Amino acid sequence: MTYTVRKFDAVVVGAGGAGLRAALQLSESGLKTAVLTKVFPTRSHTVAAQGGVAASLGNSEEDNWHWHMYDTIKGSDWLGDQDAIEFMCRQANQAVVELEHYGMPFDRVDNGKIYQRPFGGHMSNFGEKPVRRSCAAADRTGHAMLHALYQRNIKVNTQFFVEWQALDLIRDADGEVLGVVAMDMETSEVVAFHAKATIFATGGAGRVYYSSTNAFINTGDGLGMAARAGIPLEDMEFWQFHPTGVAGAGVLITEGVRGEGGILRNADGERFMERYAPNAKDLASRDVVSRSMLTEINEGRGAGPYKDYVYLDLTHLDPQVILKRLPSIHEIGIQFAGVDCLKEYIPVVPTCHYQMGGIPTNRFGQVVVTKGNDLSSPVPGFYAAGECACASVHGANRLGTNSLLDLLVFGKSSGEAAVASIRENVKAHKPLPVDAIEKSLARLDRLNTQKGGSNVHETRVLMQRTMQKHAGVFRFSQLLKEGVDKILEVAQAVARTEIQDKSKVFNTARIEALELDNLIEVAKATMISAEARKESRGAHVRDDAHDTPETPDGRDDQNWLKHTLWHRDGNRLDYKPVQMKPLSVATIELKKRTY
Amino acid sequence: MTTPLAMRTYHFKIYRYDPDKDAKPYMQDISVVCDPMDKKLLDAMVKLKAKDDSLSFRRSCREGVCGSDAMNINGKNGLACLTDLAAFPEGKPIVLRPLPGLPVVRDLIVDMTQFFKQYLSIKPYLVNDDPLPERERLQSPEDREELNGLYECIMCACCTTACPSFWWNPDKFVGPAGLLAAYRFIADTRDQATNERLDNLEDPYRLFRCHTIMNCVDVCPKGLNPTKAIGKIKEMLVQRAV
Repeated sequence: MTYTVRKFDAVVVGAGGAGLRAALQLSESGLKTAVLTKVFPTRSHTVAAQGGVAASLGNSEEDNWHWHMYDTIKGSDWLGDQDAIEFMCRQANQAVVELEHYGMPFDRVDNGKIYQRPFGGHMSNFGEKPVRRSCAAADRTGHAMLHALYQRNIKVNTQFFVEWQALDLIRDADGEVLGVVAMDMETSEVVAFHAKATIFATGGAGRVYYSSTNAFINTGDGLGMAARAGIPLEDMEFWQFHPTGVAGAGVLITEGVRGEGGILRNADGERFMERYAPNAKDLASRDVVSRSMLTEINEGRGAGPYKDYVYLDLTHLDPQVILKRLPSIHEIGIQFAGVDCLKEYIPVVPTCHYQMGGIPTNRFGQVVVTKGNDLSSPVPGFYAAGECACASVHGANRLGTNSLLDLLVFGKSSGEAAVASIRENVKAHKPLPVDAIEKSLARLDRLNTQKGGSNVHETRVLMQRTMQKHAGVFRFSQLLKEGVDKILEVAQAVARTEIQDKSKVFNTARIEALELDNLIEVAKATMISAEARKESRGAHVRDDAHDTPETPDGRDDQNWLKHTLWHRDGNRLDYKPVQMKPLSVATIELKKRTY
Repeated sequence: MTTPLAMRTYHFKIYRYDPDKDAKPYMQDISVVCDPMDKKLLDAMVKLKAKDDSLSFRRSCREGVCGSDAMNINGKNGLACLTDLAAFPEGKPIVLRPLPGLPVVRDLIVDMTQFFKQYLSIKPYLVNDDPLPERERLQSPEDREELNGLYECIMCACCTTACPSFWWNPDKFVGPAGLLAAYRFIADTRDQATNERLDNLEDPYRLFRCHTIMNCVDVCPKGLNPTKAIGKIKEMLVQRAV
């Protein structure tokens, strides 16, 4: 059949922080670039980031990238690749300074430099005491960043395709990526975007859990597309539960609250983090704080009528500090918790927040797969950056403010790598395979003609509840086993979803069904990878991994210091080693993780 | 310990129009049962969509920062995700319409092209041609504070589509959101294009169609004040003229 093909040098999918940063690189180089996004750029989920972006600028006290690198590796529970982590931490200052040059309205300190606040797990002198490393624009850092990046893209004339839903990756028989198939949401027209470089910056999939800080749009579209095209997903068992989601609503309360002096308290009013992390206390890393909170709740010291949350206390802080540095938190408290945080505690619970795993890449944003003996062989034409990618800088647990840094650094490096590759190979576009859009059309056709199928909303809720129950903060061997069966059952329902709305005009029922196709790949990857990893590490903590001298806190470096790779085909797992060698400094050696 | 959940049924009248099948728009009567966990209008709308999957609206962050779910709620523009369900009076249907003054694509989804065109027309990016320093440009906390109340705009279009001047001249009047963005750059001590920005707005329509009706201030879900920013631009133009 005939269909429209649009040719570009490069196609970026997603217009959050990573996509916009990559697009800048491509547009400024003069290459013909298209950015596809399912929402208007400033509606992307980067907009919701609050507390800041990490960089060892040292504006208020001594700091350096090596300390930041140490903290990131320790935070990752040694699962992060040390070369990529060194790269990111060394690029951080430049990445933040560039944003300031683009016009980002950072808060300032008296000498006119960028304001920095402490954040969980960020310490000075290799883990000694909290350091001010998070560069912030009040508690709206993501908003300020996303708008500044979008504005800069306007300046360099980036071409956007707004409200286009990417459907599938185009990958030919040689395994090369030649673009994406996408649908104009307003008209339902399906178009093949033919490109020499395809960069995925599609964000995370936090909506795979029932209770999430994430936006509705965070449905792992890039991960679903990659998995369907035969690319494995890396370390998908590692999900961050942010300590402070508003109880019930799930809305995020930034860790910056604790950076500014906020304290977690149990129902008795006790500052319980002193017992779990005597040094860093409330600023221990997120996995540690979330587990401590749930332990308090499980042991009966939770607050509220059902004793199922704890309190975040800001009432001892200067009201002027709250209104100046945390104005949105004040609003969120009133809007979503019904409390005035100047006078009352905010009820909070750990809430699904961030996906540490993703599409495997190297530090240049090139998507890598195993090819013969080469465990990280780049897939020609394919790049990924930001939350959808796994570089891997976050390993088993991400530090707060490292996500905004990740998307800046790897957004840029993936853009640079794509530019270099296109410049080196000046030849014409490799021809599209004859069946380039067939798979996408078949999926759409199936959805249009399905009779007696499953309801999209109910199936999604079933998946989310299954994930919440079987792969939550604490993991249990038996629940994980059952979880695998249950998720595979849900997957069968996802394969036969039915929509009533068949309109061609802005059909959001169809979009939600297509998003569920992507979410279920993430759910399978997560459950199967988690069931298989028989240890506790970072955010993955299970009941049958015991604390012994050989396996401190259940972490089994002998057998499990390795990255998981989940393959959709056959739900197969394999593993690859962690890169323990940094670029220029000595390896940060394994040790027991305490805060 | 289980307490019976206080369920409440909400009745809606919703503007519906699908150009693929409807000859003309109509108002749909539909209701939904909500539980105490459903706090915001958007929560109820998600339940409505589960009931009738053809109901179309934009939404994303559900916490008032992405600006997707702006609509006309009982006659006033606002964000569904920041509108309390409990505040709706019992016994009266909640009337939902698309934002006024923009073409309807479908149901509550409007074509925002004209809104974004006006935003783009004010050159919404920092202009500074000085050689780039190695580190950040310095800016005093006081100078940075000038941007508060300006940079927080989420471009939901509640203000611009509540403005009669925009309804009459959507192609010529920049509108409150665009003008707020213009002033955000004028007020930034790092920006060097103040004169060009003022030239760009010195026009009987682009800026001066604002008649301080202040609907924009009344509806802004972020509590921003475009009228004040517009007043400051007008003041600067007057000062420049003398």
